[in-house]
Amino acid sequence: MSVLDHKDKLQKLDEVIAANKGTRGAVMRTLQSAQDIFEHVPKDVQMYIAKGLDVTLSEVYGVATFYSQFALEPRGEYIIGVCMGTACYVKGSALILERIENELDVLPGQTTPDLKFTLKDTRCLGACGLAPVIMINEDVYGRLVPDDIPGILAKYKAM
Amino acid sequence: MALFRSQVLICGGTGCSSSGSGKLIDRFEELLEKNKLQDEVKVVRTGCFGLCEAGPIVIIYPEGAFYSHVTVPDVDEIVAEHLVKGRIVQRLLHRGSLDDTGKVRALDDMDFYQKQKRVALRNCGVIDPENIDEYIAFDGYKALYTVLSEMKPQDVIDVLLASGLRGRGGAGFPTGRKWQFAMNSAGDKKYVCCNADEGDPGAFMDRSVLEGDPHAVLEAMAIAGYTIGSDQGYIYVRAEYPIAVKRLELAINQARAYGLLGKNIFGTDFSFDIELRLGAGAFVCGEETALLNSIEGLRGEPRCRPPFPAVKGLFDKPTILNNVETYANVCQIILNGAEWFASMGTEHSKGTKVFALGGKINNTGLVEVPMGTTLREIIYDIGGGCPNGKKFKAVQTGGPSGGCLPASLLDTPIDYDNLIAAGSMMGSGGMIVMDEDNCMVDIARFFLDFTVDESCGKCTPCRVGTRRMLEILNRICDGKGEEGDIEKLETLADNIKATALCGLGQTAPNPVLSTIHQFREEYEAHIYEKRCPAGVCQKLLRYVIDPAKCKGCTLCVRVCPADAITGNVKEPHVIDPAKCLKCNACMEKCKFGAISKQ
Repeated sequence: MSVLDHKDKLQKLDEVIAANKGTRGAVMRTLQSAQDIFEHVPKDVQMYIAKGLDVTLSEVYGVATFYSQFALEPRGEYIIGVCMGTACYVKGSALILERIENELDVLPGQTTPDLKFTLKDTRCLGACGLAPVIMINEDVYGRLVPDDIPGILAKYKAM
Repeated sequence: MALFRSQVLICGGTGCSSSGSGKLIDRFEELLEKNKLQDEVKVVRTGCFGLCEAGPIVIIYPEGAFYSHVTVPDVDEIVAEHLVKGRIVQRLLHRGSLDDTGKVRALDDMDFYQKQKRVALRNCGVIDPENIDEYIAFDGYKALYTVLSEMKPQDVIDVLLASGLRGRGGAGFPTGRKWQFAMNSAGDKKYVCCNADEGDPGAFMDRSVLEGDPHAVLEAMAIAGYTIGSDQGYIYVRAEYPIAVKRLELAINQARAYGLLGKNIFGTDFSFDIELRLGAGAFVCGEETALLNSIEGLRGEPRCRPPFPAVKGLFDKPTILNNVETYANVCQIILNGAEWFASMGTEHSKGTKVFALGGKINNTGLVEVPMGTTLREIIYDIGGGCPNGKKFKAVQTGGPSGGCLPASLLDTPIDYDNLIAAGSMMGSGGMIVMDEDNCMVDIARFFLDFTVDESCGKCTPCRVGTRRMLEILNRICDGKGEEGDIEKLETLADNIKATALCGLGQTAPNPVLSTIHQFREEYEAHIYEKRCPAGVCQKLLRYVIDPAKCKGCTLCVRVCPADAITGNVKEPHVIDPAKCLKCNACMEKCKFGAISKQ
């Protein structure tokens, strides 16, 4: 089954394509809206956008893979971003990341099989005063040590 | 306007928000209402105060009481004692905010603020950034009015040139000259862009300005529009900065509602409007031509220069692109004059610079100092030095384009030219302090890893060259370094610097070159002795138990995932290096400090 089988979502995408077709920067804006609608932009969505905007698939794919904002595969319910900015790194964020990898048995960029968590190593979140920092969806956890991790993850596992 | 006897300023920047300042605001408002004080005491959510280490921060005027690390239960005490009974809660005051006699010091007299000079950050932590009236009360939009009613475009450029303002994004190009080029370029349409794609890891200056004083950027962009003859501005801001995006949207709407953006501003025939564009997570988009491509909705790859954006920029039209902090200085220069600005700083670097102070430093936060302040003053007098009595090793400036400076260069006065001469650069203003526990080879590898990940792939020197450098660094950190590796790194670095397409590629080797230059002995220890002097590179470490300290409690045996530790109860244990995974679990758990890395 394709994500395009959701009729109401497809209708929204059609509206976005119609609004952007022929304008400058249409590919990026359409992809951003498509990601809001489907939560990720898999190949069939990209093909649909390319056809709708009358551009090549390579142009759509080129933009989709260039920016880290776009997810080509489904992501978990909770996105864990481990900040790999310099301030966090010198304060041991590599050990935090390693601990989360071990707890969830995934590597950065991967999603747990139950689609609960996606682990990402992110660029600086700008919360350097709280280094090392992780972000789970909108929640920020700072001044962490590896032993804090199981307790934090348990909260989300229970949700 | 209503008068209040007390004002409660609560930081709503990202640092303090992350540690729960939003809940404090709710609790203050709830308790004030309960005590029927809501007409006497005003709660204001401000931008960043700078001292993020002490967050969440609450400052109460008129006393100027500076409360740090405030929790929700603390709010109950502050309301009951300070706001109801007029007694300052001494227990919660920040340690630096009392003088020797125990009296509350003015903010400017605190060690952290004493050497600072806030120009770009003047309104951060002072006004409510979500209320345009507060900005206007602090001379907001007065500079725009002055420009539109009294100055010709060339006058504005002359003032900027005389002020000596240079771009705060990193390269330090004179702002007045940039505007002059764009003004002189012929075009039916021109654009004013703001680079708010703050991508350097460990830098959050621009975010704090946008969160704390968004109108200052809008006003300066309108002045730029009038000067070069543009009616459209774009702010390219990182999507990872949700608070900044929200406040910019609010500010743009408020300015439009007041007629300060839009058609016929101040009743003149000048019209100007601003739109936001969200960055989609690509470091290279901080490079000016890549950013323009991204605004156009293309892949954010740099363009060849010339033509420069001032001639052929956004949608092929003449464009100026300045950094957030650069814009934040413009209105103050118009209001206070070029001489005032030029009176601060060094011969070729005028004014102030904002730095994001982070890493192994006591007072993590945002500081703004006059150019020419020394690294030592920032790190020790303002930053309070390294925590836990550790020894200072290096300070990294300029992010992935900059370098690491050792203790011997701490007395360098900071300006654009001195930092380049020292092998680093100003960059956008990240300043990360490292102590004796940080390995400089590992830090170089960290930056290269970042560059390889973020290289857009358009030019070969950056795409392939940085990857080859990273492979060598990985090898060195894994204990497989060979003779000649340092020289290979240097050759690759020189070639990349000479041939990469954009500024980011050309500066990508800097972290490696500067660490080789300043800390060569650490590279040599890794390569020839297979030893990491700082004890960071896992593959070069051996975990050992000190028999004199080990009590034989068996805790380490239980946490070891590899069964590498053996020993009888109440007798010293030993680690089998052949089985040890170097996971650090035993060392974290040992209560007697008996386990160490060698």
